[in-house]
Amino acid sequence: MERTVSFTLNGRPVAVKADDERMLLWVLRSDLALTGAKFGCGEGLCGACTVIVENEAVRSCVTPLSAVAGKRVLTIEGIGQNGLHAVQRAFLDHHAFQCGYCTSGMILNAYALLLKTPHPTRQQIANHMEDNLCRCGAHMRILDAIQEAAAAKAGA
Amino acid sequence: MARAEIATGGMTRRGLFGAAGAGLFVFFHAEAQEPARLPMRQAGPADLNAYLKIAADGRVTCFAGKVELGQGVMTEMAQALAEELDVALDTVDVVLGDTDRCPYDMGTFGSMSTPLLWPAVRRAGAEAKAVLLQMASERLQAPVDRLRAQAGVVSESGQPSHAVTYGQLLEGKRIERHLENVPVKAAGFHLIGISQHRKDGPDKVTGQAKYAGDIALPGLLHACILRPPAHGARLKSVDISAAEKVAGVQIVKDADMIAVLHERPDVALDALGRIKAEFENPPAGPDDRTIFEHIQKTAPRPTMVKQSGDLAEGERRAAIVEKTYLNSYVAHAPIETHSATAQVQDGKVTVWASSQAPFQVKNAVASALALPPASVRIVSRYVGGGFGGKTEADQAVEAARLARIAGKPVQVVYSRREEFFYDRFRPAAVMKIRAGVDGAKIVLWDGQIFGAGDREGNPFYDIPHVRVTSAGGWMGGNPPGMHPFNVGAWRAPSVNSNTFARESHIDLLAATAAMDPLEFRLNNLTHARVRRVLESAARQFGWKAGRAPTKRGTGMACGMYSNVCNATMVEVAVNRGTGAVEVKRVVMALDLGQVVNPDGIRQQAEGAVMMGLGSALSEEVTFRNGDVLTRNFDSYRIARFSWLPKIEIVLVDNPESPALGGGEPPIIAMGAALANAIFDATGARVLQMPMTPARVRAALG
Repeated sequence: MERTVSFTLNGRPVAVKADDERMLLWVLRSDLALTGAKFGCGEGLCGACTVIVENEAVRSCVTPLSAVAGKRVLTIEGIGQNGLHAVQRAFLDHHAFQCGYCTSGMILNAYALLLKTPHPTRQQIANHMEDNLCRCGAHMRILDAIQEAAAAKAGA
Repeated sequence: MARAEIATGGMTRRGLFGAAGAGLFVFFHAEAQEPARLPMRQAGPADLNAYLKIAADGRVTCFAGKVELGQGVMTEMAQALAEELDVALDTVDVVLGDTDRCPYDMGTFGSMSTPLLWPAVRRAGAEAKAVLLQMASERLQAPVDRLRAQAGVVSESGQPSHAVTYGQLLEGKRIERHLENVPVKAAGFHLIGISQHRKDGPDKVTGQAKYAGDIALPGLLHACILRPPAHGARLKSVDISAAEKVAGVQIVKDADMIAVLHERPDVALDALGRIKAEFENPPAGPDDRTIFEHIQKTAPRPTMVKQSGDLAEGERRAAIVEKTYLNSYVAHAPIETHSATAQVQDGKVTVWASSQAPFQVKNAVASALALPPASVRIVSRYVGGGFGGKTEADQAVEAARLARIAGKPVQVVYSRREEFFYDRFRPAAVMKIRAGVDGAKIVLWDGQIFGAGDREGNPFYDIPHVRVTSAGGWMGGNPPGMHPFNVGAWRAPSVNSNTFARESHIDLLAATAAMDPLEFRLNNLTHARVRRVLESAARQFGWKAGRAPTKRGTGMACGMYSNVCNATMVEVAVNRGTGAVEVKRVVMALDLGQVVNPDGIRQQAEGAVMMGLGSALSEEVTFRNGDVLTRNFDSYRIARFSWLPKIEIVLVDNPESPALGGGEPPIIAMGAALANAIFDATGARVLQMPMTPARVRAALG
C-alpha cells in the first residue's frame, strides 16, 4: 500500500512515501541514498543487508518498510557519528575484512550482540555471527575484533 | 624502461599528464617479458603500465590498472612507493582500476600484482626519489651524497635546517626528468616486510566504500533483465502487458535482450516478474552426477604435459595404485553479485563495474556499442570479492547498452540467482592416476587430466617414469557442449583439482610403502623449497610420524602455484554416523619469497583456509538439463563461523627471492590435506570434492 511511513533513521526523523510492502533495503539504498547496507542474496541468507531496528539486528532485504513505521533504524552510516564506534575501530585494527562488502552487516550484527550481551564469550560471538556470510574468510579476525570491542567498551 | 608515447586504449602520454595535473611524473611499466613460470603472459603492448605522481602539496599518488578485490593490492602498492620515496604511508594515495586515470593492465588475476607490478612501482619510487635528490641538490647547493630524505623532506646531513620538502621542490612546476638504473633499496626498510594497516580500512568499516552498485546518479534507472530458465533455452513467446502497467516502468527490447527499467530496483524486479515468457527447453543434457562421464567423452584430444623415462619399466618394478579423482563445479559466490552502473554523456560511456579486468571490460563495452575504446571509461574502485569470477563483466555491457537506449544512467545488479546462473564455474574435472612405488621410491606416474587444466599436473616429486596428459581446461577453448555452462578461472585455476588428486595419491602410495606421509614425501622430493615448507609446517604442527590410518585424524598436502610453495597440515574429527567432518586445526607454511606485508599475506592465507574448507567439504553446483539448481546460499553452503578451525600461518623466511603473490597459493592444498586427514581418521578414502557428509559416509562403507 502506498503511504507515508515515518521512522527514525540514524537519530533523525524521516518520512518516506512508498509502497509499504517494499523491502527496507531498497528504500534505504534507493529512496534514501544510504548504500552502506548491501544486497547479497535477497532472501535473508547472507546478512550483508543487516541493519538495526529497535536495537535488534534485522535483514533489511526481507523486512518490509511497514515493519519499521514509528521505529528507530540504525545503519552503518549512523553508528559512528562521533568518530568510529568501538566495533568499527576493532574491525579496522584487526583487518577484520578484505573486500569489505559484508562488513557493514558484520559490524551491525556485532553491534546488536554487544547491546544485549556486553561480555560475550567467543562461542557466543560465533553463534551470533553464524548466519552472516563472508566469502573472503575474515572469520577469525571478525571474532577477534568483536571480542576486543567488547573489552574496549567494558574498559570505557 | 620504455618510453612509449602512446599508451593502449587511445590514451596518450599527454592525456595522462592532463588527467593528473601538475607534479613530478615518473613513468614505468612492469616487465615486458614476465617470467615463464607465471601462469599467464601479460597480453597487449607492455608500454606504460602504471605511473606515479607527486603533487605540489607533497602527496604521492600511484595510478595502476589493478583492482582492489580485498586482496590488499592498494596497501601493497602504497608500501612500495612510500618505502622508496621515504615518505609516510598515509601520504600515499592509490588510484586503481580506472581506465581513464590508470595505464593499461590486463587484469587482476594469477597472483601477478606482487611479482610484476610491485617491483615496477618500487623502481619508479626509487627513480622519483633520485630525481628529487638531484633537484634538492641544485636548490640547496649541496652535493647529492650529502643529502638525505625522510618523511618527504630532503636535508643536508648535519644541517637539519638546511632542508626542502618534496612539495617545495615541485611547487608550481611540472617536471619530467629521468634517471636510468636507479637501484631500489637493498636494506634498511621502514615499511617493506613490516605489517601495515590496510589503506581501504576506513572506507570499509564506515560503509563509505562505493562498489559498482552503490553509484548514485541523477535519473538513475535500475534494470532487471529477462533470463532463460536454463542454459540453451530459447524464448518462444513473451507477453509484457502486465509488466507495462507498473507505474514508472520502461521496457526495453534490444536484440536478444528484454529489460525492465525503473527508478527503484525492487519495483523493476517486481515488474520483471509480471512478464509472461515461454521458453523452449534445451535438449536433455548432463547433470551433476553424469557430468564426469560426459566430460571424458566430450573432452578434446589430450595434450602431453610431461613424458619422461619408460612407463613399461616403471610398471615392471612398481606396486601399482590406481584411482580416479573427481571434483564438482564450484562457484565463486562473491557476496557482491556482478554489478554495473553506466552513464552515457556526450558520446562518452562511463561504466562503474565490479570487474577484475577493467581494461578488458572497456574493450567489451566499446565493441558492443560500436564505439572507439577511447570513448569508454571503466571504473572498478572497490570490488566485493572476485576470486577469478569477475574477469568477464557481461553486466557492464548490458548496463551500457541500456543506458544508451534509455538516455539515462542505468544500473544492473545481478540477483543471486543470476550470479549462480551466469557464473563461470571452476570446471568439474576427472583426474586418473596410475602410479607405483618400488620400496620407498615412487617409480611410476601415469596421469590423465580431464577438464581441470594442466597447471601443476606434472608432479614435482622425483619420479623416473612419468607421463601426464591433459584434455580440456578452464581457460576456454573447450569443445561446445563439454560443459553445460561457462567455466573459468577460480582461485588458483586447475591447481586445486590437480593438487587434490596428486597429494591424495601420494598418501595412498605412502600407505602402500608402509611409510609415514611426511617421511615418504621427503624421501621422494629434492625440491628444496617444497621440502622446507613441509618441514616448517611439520614443526609448527607437531607432526607425529605414523602409518595412516593412525586414527589421529591428521593429514598433509603440499603444492606449488605461481612459484609459491605451500605445505598444509590439518587435524579433523569425523562423525562416522553422519559423515560430517569437523576441522579442528590448520597449519600452513608458505614460501612467498620476500614478504612485503606479512599481515596481508596472513589475511589471504586465513581466507584461503575458510574458502578451501567450503570448496573441499560442501560447495557444489548442482544442475540438470542446463538449469543451475544451486540458486542461493541455502543450497550452496560456504564456510561459516562455526567452521572456523584454529589457523596457524607460517611464513617461511626467504628474503633473497623476489616477492610473489599470495592471493591464490594458500588455497591449493586444502582439499588433499583434508582427504588425507579423513583417511587418517577413518581409513576411508574420499575421491571426490566436495567431501560432503554423504560421500564420507559412502566411503566409510
